[in-house]
Amino acid sequence: MSRKYETIIGLEVHVQLATESKIFCNCSTDFGAEPNKHTCPVCLGLPGTLPVLNKKVVDYAIMAGLALNCNINSYSKFDRKNYFYPDLPKAYQISQSDYPICENGYIEIDTEEGTKKIGITRIHMEEDAGKLVHEGSIDQATASLVDYNRTGIPLIEIVSAPDIRTPSEARAYLTQLKQILQYIGVSDCNMEEGSLRCDANVSIRPVGQKEFGTKTELKNMNSFRAVERALEYEVERQRKILEEGGEIIQETRTWDESLNKTISMRTKEEAADYRYFPDPNLPPLNVDRDWVERIKSSLPELPREKRERFVREYALPEYDAGVLTDSRELADYFEACVKEYSDAKAVSNWIMGDFLRLLKEENLEIAEVKMTPAHLSGMLKLMDEGVISSKIAKTVFEEMFKTGKAPEQIVEEKGLKQISDAGQLEEIVLKVIEANPSVVEDIKSGKDKAIGFLVGQVMKETRGKANPGMVNQIIREKIESL
Amino acid sequence: MELCDLTIHELREKLENKEVTAADVLDSFLRRIEAVEEKVKAYVTITADEARERISSDLQGSLAGIPLALKDNISTEGIRTTCSSKMLENYIPPYNATVVEKLNEEGAVILGKTNLDEFAMGGTTGFSAFHETRNPWNLEHVPGGSSGGSAAAVAAGEAAAALGTDTGGSIRQPAAFCGLVGLKPTYGTVSRYGLLAYANSLDQIGPITRDVEDAALLLNVITGHDPKDSTSVQMEQADYTAFLKEDLAGMRIALPKEYYELDYNPEVKESVLAAVKKMEAEGAVVEEVSIPSIEHSVAVYYILATGEASSNLACYDGVRFGYRSKTAGNVAEMFRNTRSEAFGEEVKRRILFGTYILSAEAYEDYYVKAQKVRTLLIKEIEDVFKNYDLIVTPTTPETAFKAGAITDPLESYKMDAFTVPVNLAGIPAITIPCGFSSANLPIGIQIMGPRFGEGKLIQAAYSLEKILQLGNKRPELEVR
Amino acid sequence: MLEKKDIERIADLASIKLSDSEAEKFAGQLDGILQYVDKIKEVDTEDLKPTLYPVSLENIFREDEVRPSLDREKVLTNAPEEKDGQFRVPRIMGE
Repeated sequence: MSRKYETIIGLEVHVQLATESKIFCNCSTDFGAEPNKHTCPVCLGLPGTLPVLNKKVVDYAIMAGLALNCNINSYSKFDRKNYFYPDLPKAYQISQSDYPICENGYIEIDTEEGTKKIGITRIHMEEDAGKLVHEGSIDQATASLVDYNRTGIPLIEIVSAPDIRTPSEARAYLTQLKQILQYIGVSDCNMEEGSLRCDANVSIRPVGQKEFGTKTELKNMNSFRAVERALEYEVERQRKILEEGGEIIQETRTWDESLNKTISMRTKEEAADYRYFPDPNLPPLNVDRDWVERIKSSLPELPREKRERFVREYALPEYDAGVLTDSRELADYFEACVKEYSDAKAVSNWIMGDFLRLLKEENLEIAEVKMTPAHLSGMLKLMDEGVISSKIAKTVFEEMFKTGKAPEQIVEEKGLKQISDAGQLEEIVLKVIEANPSVVEDIKSGKDKAIGFLVGQVMKETRGKANPGMVNQIIREKIESL
Repeated sequence: MELCDLTIHELREKLENKEVTAADVLDSFLRRIEAVEEKVKAYVTITADEARERISSDLQGSLAGIPLALKDNISTEGIRTTCSSKMLENYIPPYNATVVEKLNEEGAVILGKTNLDEFAMGGTTGFSAFHETRNPWNLEHVPGGSSGGSAAAVAAGEAAAALGTDTGGSIRQPAAFCGLVGLKPTYGTVSRYGLLAYANSLDQIGPITRDVEDAALLLNVITGHDPKDSTSVQMEQADYTAFLKEDLAGMRIALPKEYYELDYNPEVKESVLAAVKKMEAEGAVVEEVSIPSIEHSVAVYYILATGEASSNLACYDGVRFGYRSKTAGNVAEMFRNTRSEAFGEEVKRRILFGTYILSAEAYEDYYVKAQKVRTLLIKEIEDVFKNYDLIVTPTTPETAFKAGAITDPLESYKMDAFTVPVNLAGIPAITIPCGFSSANLPIGIQIMGPRFGEGKLIQAAYSLEKILQLGNKRPELEVR
Repeated sequence: MLEKKDIERIADLASIKLSDSEAEKFAGQLDGILQYVDKIKEVDTEDLKPTLYPVSLENIFREDEVRPSLDREKVLTNAPEEKDGQFRVPRIMGE
């Protein structure tokens, strides 16, 4: 982006809340059921049915609001957004219009210029619509099929202020948002299953201009990377239009992943009139202070706080703290280890290294890992006690990770105990010295580095079990005494 | 009198004393239906087979073996529920309304689903997509509406009693036109779950019966908190029959002068005032009051009701149930054609008006403004109830008129002037017959009470009913 | 003032197809009704809050509990058109 223009981005993120049942009926929210198996007269919008609000939805919305530094409105209500579409059973969506549950929050993101606050204008609750499958592509199809399983799954829509200035900030915002929501457990934020969806509003304006430029709305971005790329494309597209003296048309554009570009979705742009009005079937909400306090006290430590605490409390580098607090589960795992083994940096190294590598290789969630934090700290203790070498530790670690066995048991079963018996080691050292006279000569003539080769040979003889420190010392003694 | 001309409590007594069996009772009603239905046309669907099947089991409960009719905008599992619309001609709900569950639990026998103005929009039952219902007192006249089928069925002896729904007078006006008792309960006392909505903030289900005692009996069954309706009020189960006592002494009755100053059918006004005099003679204290904003009721009502209706009736889009147009190239066209082909004119008129009311340009000026005037009206009515127990008015400004007599929509809306304030205020009201016109058409008197004041309402109505002694009069249908 | 073109726009929002003559007729009737209800504008409603709900209830909830859904056979019994357990509708795009 040239310095001539400034980019203005606002994001609207829809997040599915992780409740068991739908927002206004008792149907399951489980993903992946056969079409229309999770529907009932209420979520099918059959005439005469009435909505009854799931309390957990409100709890979760408040929780999200608090985690995103919002005010929780004591008065809020549900409104109907009226429009016709086959995936919307009642032909209105129950949403919140002028009195949303949360307002005026922010998220802090890290940018190259430091920490930046991105405002959150509002968070409101609403019901999801169903799913349409087109027989063929959408523009060629002769018919479409409707599955209402998703209808009535609770959503919160989180609307950012137009504070985002670059596509990479947009991505950072989304990453941070997702991390927070996952931390507090209100959503799994799984983009593939549609539990997190993002639309973007983007405009550009000449630097120094106060008024916003004409914006376009971008849809159909299926990953954070796609959001970033769609924004990059769109900013560039708008810049070209302006530089060629053209005009931006206010419109909705869809991101085409395969073509790597945004495409206009509608030819004629009519301002929609959704005719919002309060739903008389749903009495309003009165969220009192006690309720907010109750939820506040149930909130876990949030990622940024945790990261800062890790740096402070465990004297970890920023980078380590960032990696370890990436998910609440990982941070908890780390802290459980540190409880039993106080060298936090050592624990951090193992977790950031082998632990995360194996997790990825085995494609596991932390909850699925068999190795307990006690096992990891136990292994570290065995190292300190000289029972195993750091090299052997790698083997023990992999074995613990895969089998869930205790480190002591693995050492025992596999005979991995370190050889620290001086007599036994002396014997092996002598054998190695004898077999490598030229190396010995090198060492004697001052090539100290060559000693490593002899150590290596001893380790090879002992299949890694020799205590490397002792081996080193014995070799020196023996060569000197030759 | 035949069995089918008796009240619920009379039938109950005969059944309990084993003078008659449930089969005798059912047969009597079915015979009457056979004899008069062709002329009255009260029903959309008659469920004689289901009714016979039902009495073959041992029915228990306060309505055991009592044949009742349901307005066809109340959802019945496995029995088509049409709202008298082409849109729902073949719609068979997979669930029961809460009131239907309650009637079933008490052993009631459902005879069928009664005709209404399409989607309860109208006051004549002439706006049914299937057929017009006629008034058993005079077959050239309308039975009123929108619960005209329910009222006509009860008046003609085609059901012992019926449930109707009342959004702006749709129970009370047809009950008055057909010489019956009709009760619109306090908003929130009867579950709306399964009532195919017209206007959610005004709709209530209530009984249409032959006397006040029956109304109390049915009210006992259908009221109560329902977790499926978020606007249903938590309340203790009341026994409304406890209020069936003749006692008007000291009861304070308010007559809104705005209504008595208006110009309308003098026979109606005189009959109502004569009844009020008799109440006064029994010890009631009657005084004139003023409810200034009551004159705006009809305007407020039409704004709010049609606004809500335009949204409620959007679900009829041809996707999941009901009528679907066969001539559509794409889904948007399918929506437009479906709704154009299957909604009747009055429904379209109200949907269009309501859509306009909710549109960006009109919402503040009309919808929000009407909600504010509603607040004012509620306040004025509540103020009256600070000093009075009841408000008494005519139920309708006219008696049942000839079918086709009123064609201008606005003129017909204005006929609801006495009934709509009750729905706007969410209060209960009952209509009972207070006399007959020179043309031998029934006249109804309306008694309103404060919220949850059904008890006193019933007591006053019961007392007046005993004073007037009109109860045994039945229309003479020359068809048997 | 409601004119024919207003009615056509409203009918579009309400997804109701109207013929020319219907639009004409409704315009006349609805304009008459609008003029009638217009008189509420004269009512002084300053300081009055709109009545959104006829009962003063708040915080009406149910617990987050899953109960069995409707049998799919029943879900689809009223479907004008169905395929593979889903509701079939004409194509979305194209005028």
